[in-house]
Amino acid sequence: MTEVERQNYDVVVIGAGGAGLRAAIEARQRGLTTAVICKSLFGKAHTVMAEGGCAASMGNVNSNDSWQVHFRDTMRGGKFLNNWRMAELHAMEAPDRVWELETYGALFDRTEDGRISQRNFGGHTYPRLAHVGDRTGLELIRTMQQKIVSLQQEDKAEFGDYEAKLKVFQECTITELLKDDSGAISGAFGYWRESGRFVLFETGAVIMATGGIGKSFQVTSNSWEYTGDGHALAMRAGASLINMEFVQFHPTGMVWPPSVKGILVTEGVRGDGGVLKNSEGKRFMFDYVPDVFKGQYAETEEEADRWYTDPDNNRRTPDLLPRDEVARAINTEVKEGRGSPHGGVYLDIASRMPAEEIKRRLPSMYHQFKELADVDITAEPMEVGPTCHYVMGGIEVDPDTGESTVPGLFAAGECSGGMHGSNRLGGNSLSDLLVFGRRAGLGAANYVESLERKPVVLQSDIDTAARAAVSPFEPSESEGARENPYTLQHELQQTMNELVGIIRTADEIERALGRLAEIRARVRNVVVEGHRQFNPGWHLAIDLRNMMVVSEAVAKAALLRTESRGGHTRDDFPMLDSDWRNKLLVCRASGDDAVVPDVSVERKDQVPMRQDLLELFELSELEKYYTEAELTTHPAAQGDTA
Amino acid sequence: MSSYQGQFRVWRGDSDGGSLEDFEVEVNEGEVVLDIIHRLQATQTPDLAVRWNCKAGKCGSCSAEVNGRPRLLCMTRMSLFEKDEVITVTPMRSFSIVRDLVTDVSYNYEKAREVQAFTPPGKLQPGEYRMQQEDVQRSQEFRKCIECFLCQDTCHVVRDHEENKLAFSGPRFLMRIAELEMHPLDAADRRDTAQDDHGLGYCNITKCCTEVCPENIKITDNALIPMKERVAGRRYDPVVWLGNKLFKRGK
Repeated sequence: MTEVERQNYDVVVIGAGGAGLRAAIEARQRGLTTAVICKSLFGKAHTVMAEGGCAASMGNVNSNDSWQVHFRDTMRGGKFLNNWRMAELHAMEAPDRVWELETYGALFDRTEDGRISQRNFGGHTYPRLAHVGDRTGLELIRTMQQKIVSLQQEDKAEFGDYEAKLKVFQECTITELLKDDSGAISGAFGYWRESGRFVLFETGAVIMATGGIGKSFQVTSNSWEYTGDGHALAMRAGASLINMEFVQFHPTGMVWPPSVKGILVTEGVRGDGGVLKNSEGKRFMFDYVPDVFKGQYAETEEEADRWYTDPDNNRRTPDLLPRDEVARAINTEVKEGRGSPHGGVYLDIASRMPAEEIKRRLPSMYHQFKELADVDITAEPMEVGPTCHYVMGGIEVDPDTGESTVPGLFAAGECSGGMHGSNRLGGNSLSDLLVFGRRAGLGAANYVESLERKPVVLQSDIDTAARAAVSPFEPSESEGARENPYTLQHELQQTMNELVGIIRTADEIERALGRLAEIRARVRNVVVEGHRQFNPGWHLAIDLRNMMVVSEAVAKAALLRTESRGGHTRDDFPMLDSDWRNKLLVCRASGDDAVVPDVSVERKDQVPMRQDLLELFELSELEKYYTEAELTTHPAAQGDTA
Repeated sequence: MSSYQGQFRVWRGDSDGGSLEDFEVEVNEGEVVLDIIHRLQATQTPDLAVRWNCKAGKCGSCSAEVNGRPRLLCMTRMSLFEKDEVITVTPMRSFSIVRDLVTDVSYNYEKAREVQAFTPPGKLQPGEYRMQQEDVQRSQEFRKCIECFLCQDTCHVVRDHEENKLAFSGPRFLMRIAELEMHPLDAADRRDTAQDDHGLGYCNITKCCTEVCPENIKITDNALIPMKERVAGRRYDPVVWLGNKLFKRGK
C-alpha cells in the first residue's frame, strides 16, 4: 500500500491564478472548507503576466458602453463560434466583478472624476479595460491573494486558526483525478514538489483552474506552468474538451534577443497610440481589414489618428483589429520580405507621444525592453512578432455553473472552453477569470451541498496513481533508449510551433501527428536522474505527459476543421465557412494507455443563440457568418419575406 | 552571433549541507543567467533545483544571489560580466535551504498574514469608490512589488540575524503597511502595530532594500521613512498625545 498524506476538503481548487483564487474565495464565503493547490509559490501564477487590463462595460470613459455592446464585440471577436450564454453572462457580470475588487483593496488607475479609468483595446468598441498601467494582472493576483489573507484573518479571529476554512497548498503538483464507483469525483492525487512525497486530497468537488497549454509551443508568452495539466487531467477523468484547434497567437511578442523571444508586448501599446510599421515605414494594417470588418475601421492614417481624441466622429485604427487578424498580417509582411532585421515588424510608440508619457503609461514595457534588449522604447521602435499566447479551447462546461461532463468536476478560466469562441479579445481574459471563477465556486458549493454522502477514494486508484508518478525513476529493462525529458520537450515544442502554428495545412498537421506519435512512444522511456526531492527533471517528465495529450488534441482538431476562423488558419482552406460556424469539435481520451491516452475527436452542433440576443445584431452582419437557414427567425429576415 | 564557454560556480546541496560546483557552459548573445541555469539542467545537471516562472521579471520567482548580490536570475544579463569572469550563483542567504538554489521562503508568507488586511470604508457600496489618481499613485508604487523577497534577503536586520525574524516583518511587509495606510479609503489604523508587532523600529534606513529592488521601488524613501514619521507623529507629538489621553478617558 502506498504511503500517502491525506487531506480532506469540501472543495479543492487546482490552480492559484485569477480563476482559481476567485473560485476559492466564493467557496469559502459559502462556508465550505476549501483548498487551493498550485505548482508554484502562492502569488506567482501566470495571471501576473497579464498587462493591458480587464474588460467590463462600466461606461466610465464612454457612457455609450453597455453589456450588450460588450456582448456583441465578444461574439464578433470569436467569429460567432462562442458559447453565447457564456458571452452573455460575462458581459453582464464583469462590471460587478471589477467593482468588487475595489472592496478587496485593488487600486486601478482613475478617471478625472475619480472613477476607474478604462482604456481602448483591440476589438472593443469603447474604452473598456480597467487597468493599472501595464501590470493589471499583477494587481488582480495580489488583490485576490490579499483577499484570501483577509478571509484567513477572519477565520483566525473566529476559530483561532488562519487555515481553519481556507488553505493554500503551494508547490504541489496534481497527477491524477480520482472518482468513486458511480463515476463522480472523489479526490485528487499528487506530490509535493519540495519533498517528492505523495498527497491525497479527498473531496467531492474539484475546480480546475490550471490555465493554458502554451508551453507546447516553442515561441510563447506562457510560463513553464502552462503544460495543459487541467486539460489533460480532465480528459483522462472522462471529461470532454472543445475548441482545441483555436490557439491564439498574440501579434506582438518580443523577437530579439533569442532568449526572450516570445515575451509579451502588451496590446496597450497600440491601445494608447502605438502603430505597426513594416521595413518600408508603411503602416501596413490598413491593407489587412477583412471583409467581415469592412466599414468598421478607419481607412486613412488621418482618420485613425483623429479617432484617439474624437472617437464619436472617426473610426478606430486597424492596428486594433482582433488579435488573429493582426497576427496573420504580421506573418504575411515578414514572409513577403518587409520584416525587421530579426524577423518581426516595428511597433512604434516613440514617435507618437512624449517620452515621459510613455514611461508613465507603459512602465513595465519601458523596463522590459531597456533591461532585456537594450532598446529605449521612448526613442526607437520595438521589434515584435507573433507569439503563442492563449488557448481558446478547454474543458466543456455548463455556462452557468462551470460543471464539466464529469459529476463533481468544474472548470474556470483558460482551461475551460467556449466563452471566447475561435478568438479571444484582449482584456476578456481577466474578466473571464473573475466572472466564471466566481460561478465555478458557486457551482461547486451547490454541488457539494447537494451530495448525500461524500464519494470514497479507492485504495487501488491511489496505488495506480503512485506507480504512474514514480515510473520515470524505474526504467523498463526491455524497451528502447533512455530518453531525456528536456530533449523530448524541445522536440514537442518545435513540432507544434512549426507544423501546427499560426498558419496550418493538412499536409503539415499530418506530419505533426506522425512526429507526435513517435514522441509519445519515447515518452514511455523517459528516465530521470537523482531523487524525488525538488527534482525539476522528474517534474518535467510528468508535465510532459500532459503536454503530449493536449498537443494531440490541438493537432487532431486542427486537421478536421477545414476552414479558417479566428485562431485556426488553414492555408488550404483560407475562407470562413458558414457551415462550420455552429460546429464544435469535441475531444475525448480513448485507447488503453491511461497515462498518455489517445485522443478522439467528433463533431457536435452548438445550441442556437437565443432570439433576443440574435436580435442585438443587424441581419447584414449576421449574414457574413451564418447560413441563410439559421437566420429565418431574425425580424429583418421575416420582413423580407412578408 | 557570438558564443563562448562561460565559467560558472553554482551552489548545490540541501539542508544537510552542500558546496559550490564548477561548470563550463555555453553562453550566447543576449542571454540571462537563468538561460545558463536552464542549459545546465538540459545538458549537465538535470536535477539542479531552481524556482522560476515567467522569465520576464514579472513574477519574482527566480531570486538568488549572483556574485553575492541579490538578483532575479531572469533579469541578470550575461553581458554584465566579462567573458572570462567566474560567475557564482548561490541561493538567497537569509532563508534556509530546500535544495540547490531553492530556499524556504515561508517566513514571508507568515509575515504577510499578520498585516491587517484592507479594511473597506463602511458606507460605500461596490462601484461607489471615488479616488483621485494623484492619491492612489503613492500606494500604486508599492503595489508594483512582485514579491521576489530580494529586499527581505538583503536586509541586514535579518540577513545574519535569524533571531530578529520573530519581531521584524522586513521591508516588504512594512511597505505593505505603508501602502494600506496611504490607501485613500482604507478605514484601519496600523501605526501602533507597525511599531509594536512588525518591528518598524529595527529599520535604520540604510536603503539596502531599495538598492536591490528589481522594480525600482523607493522602499526606504517613499514607504519606510514616511511610515516612521506617521508613527512618531502619533506617539510623540504632544498635541496628539494629549488627544489620545482625553479620547481614552472619554471612553
